[in-house]
Amino acid sequence: MKNVYGWLLLTPAAILLIGFTHYPAVATLYDSFFSTGTVVRPSRFVGLANYAALADDPIFWQVLRNNLYFAAATIPTSIAIAMLMAIWVNDRLPARALVRMSYFTPTILPMVAVANLWLFFYTPQIGLIDKFGAMFGAASHNWLGDPSTVLACLAVMTVWKEAGFFMIFYLAALQSLPPEIEEAAKIEGASRWYFFRRVTFPLLMPTTLFVLVNATINSFKLVDHLFILTKGGPDNASNLLLYYIYQVAFSFFETSYASTLTVVLLAMLAAMAIVQFLLIEKRVHYR
Amino acid sequence: MSEIVLEKVTRRFGQVKAVDGVSFRAESGKFVVLLGPSGCGKSTLLRLIAGLEDVSEGKILVDGHDVTRLSPDKRRVSMVFQSYALFPHLSTEENIVFGLKVRGMPEEERRKRLAKVAQVVGLAELLDRKPQQLSGGQRQRVALARAIIAENNICLMDEPLSNLDAQLRHGMRVEIRELQQRLGMTVVYVTHDQVEAMSMADRVVLIREGRIEQEGSPEELYARPATMFAARFIGTPGMNLLKLADGPRGAVVRGSQDALFAGGGEGFTLGVRPEHVWLADSGGVAGMVASSEYHGADTILTVRVGDETLFMRAPGQLVHAPGTPVRLGWKPESLHVFDTASGARAAEELQPVRRGAAAG
Repeated sequence: MKNVYGWLLLTPAAILLIGFTHYPAVATLYDSFFSTGTVVRPSRFVGLANYAALADDPIFWQVLRNNLYFAAATIPTSIAIAMLMAIWVNDRLPARALVRMSYFTPTILPMVAVANLWLFFYTPQIGLIDKFGAMFGAASHNWLGDPSTVLACLAVMTVWKEAGFFMIFYLAALQSLPPEIEEAAKIEGASRWYFFRRVTFPLLMPTTLFVLVNATINSFKLVDHLFILTKGGPDNASNLLLYYIYQVAFSFFETSYASTLTVVLLAMLAAMAIVQFLLIEKRVHYR
Repeated sequence: MSEIVLEKVTRRFGQVKAVDGVSFRAESGKFVVLLGPSGCGKSTLLRLIAGLEDVSEGKILVDGHDVTRLSPDKRRVSMVFQSYALFPHLSTEENIVFGLKVRGMPEEERRKRLAKVAQVVGLAELLDRKPQQLSGGQRQRVALARAIIAENNICLMDEPLSNLDAQLRHGMRVEIRELQQRLGMTVVYVTHDQVEAMSMADRVVLIREGRIEQEGSPEELYARPATMFAARFIGTPGMNLLKLADGPRGAVVRGSQDALFAGGGEGFTLGVRPEHVWLADSGGVAGMVASSEYHGADTILTVRVGDETLFMRAPGQLVHAPGTPVRLGWKPESLHVFDTASGARAAEELQPVRRGAAAG
């Protein structure tokens, strides 16, 4: 009887969690074992048939490759740039607050707005890049229309958007390091690079892993820009997993197959999170 | 071999002079303590010597070489920080040999030195621990080891004992002093604790508001304070300072009748150490006990004399109810006279020893 009060307090949050997180997850898994129902042909149990179809789906493999390429291009770059920017703005420099703020600005913009901004950069002939290139006599290029450049263009934009956000975490970590450590190293004759390599970088490791987890999830989760820029094209050259799921579910109305794709995406993210947290346990607890 | 000389060193932060025209010499192999209250500029002074702050004016010489504009690592000094500044992710061993690795010393030599130093500071068993797994005293030893392994002969210490508990502090005091003498290091040691200064130093530099207030051996500072500030700062409790007035038969403590010595008292302040005052059966100066504080080995009595208050230290337990009238005695040579307005020690002929007894 005395627990009732506690349960009552938990109920609102529990309802929201179950209604919008846990039930959909379980329902998605359940649906992935059934065919898509139509008016004439009701949904029926098909076992692993959806998964077999997925294995045979060349678009799925292309989208997965795209996504891995996208992750490999954006994650290390944005982390490295974030770390560099944090070290730079952590130093004593004029108008430090202004510099910090301007690095952080891309983070507060919605992805849709950022995509529109960069659309103007990438547009052939009248876009910023082409205008700039034309000054040096470069030929116009359809950056987003060329399958060989489109994914790189998206990656550059994403790095620009993400790095400022990660910088904030690095900045916080840097400011929690006692300044005497750097002075002690200075007296011992350590160069800036040596100090960074042997002291700062290892001490930033917990932050790096935290940022790594976030960057990984983001590289699979952030697809807003595809709606504005490419819609996954040309010929799926810039299609990413989550956007493909959206297409399958709401353009092709293959809800069962979309469920199957979702289950695969969730499993992949879960596996990555587990690997990363195991690494954190092993490598980061220097204290 | 490793002498530090400061010539009129000044450090400004904006309009504020944190260090103002300080000159002193730390002779080779000596233990020099920079003593002063917090915010007096003593730490800044140490950081100037280390090269962690830029000198605004003046010169710093090490072994006759001008190092004023040299970077910290070129000055061949070691430093122990108040917070120890150990690298939290490195083991004791890695912390100690950090500087040797930076300089690219061969591993064999490194290992030889490490073994020797670990022996000296008693860390041989703890070399693979991380700083978080060490006690405060052990971390202190790691910081010391890191400072002495470079064999620089000059070691700067910034309040290295202030994070330790009282008992450990006493042990480390003895140890650091012993280490300094054994290795023949020149140490410049910053502290606000006069007990550390008195017990460890060959030479004390007392600093107040960025300037040197008095400089000398601990004995000199204790026996012959140059100013009222120095008088009050040295000793626990510090020297009593009682304002004097003119009496009919000589100088008196303000509000008191009993003449202390011949001559005028107005405009002067009398200094006398609590441990140099005793309870007399007759003669001396009349006072009234205000309170008594038992410390174990001795008792600190607070006594009202005229309008002034005075502490006296008496051995053992001395029970005196507040309000008890007492008479205080002292030797003329333990009395000091200061100029009240300037705070400086009065001229020698004005000192009680030279003035003679009060008339009548």
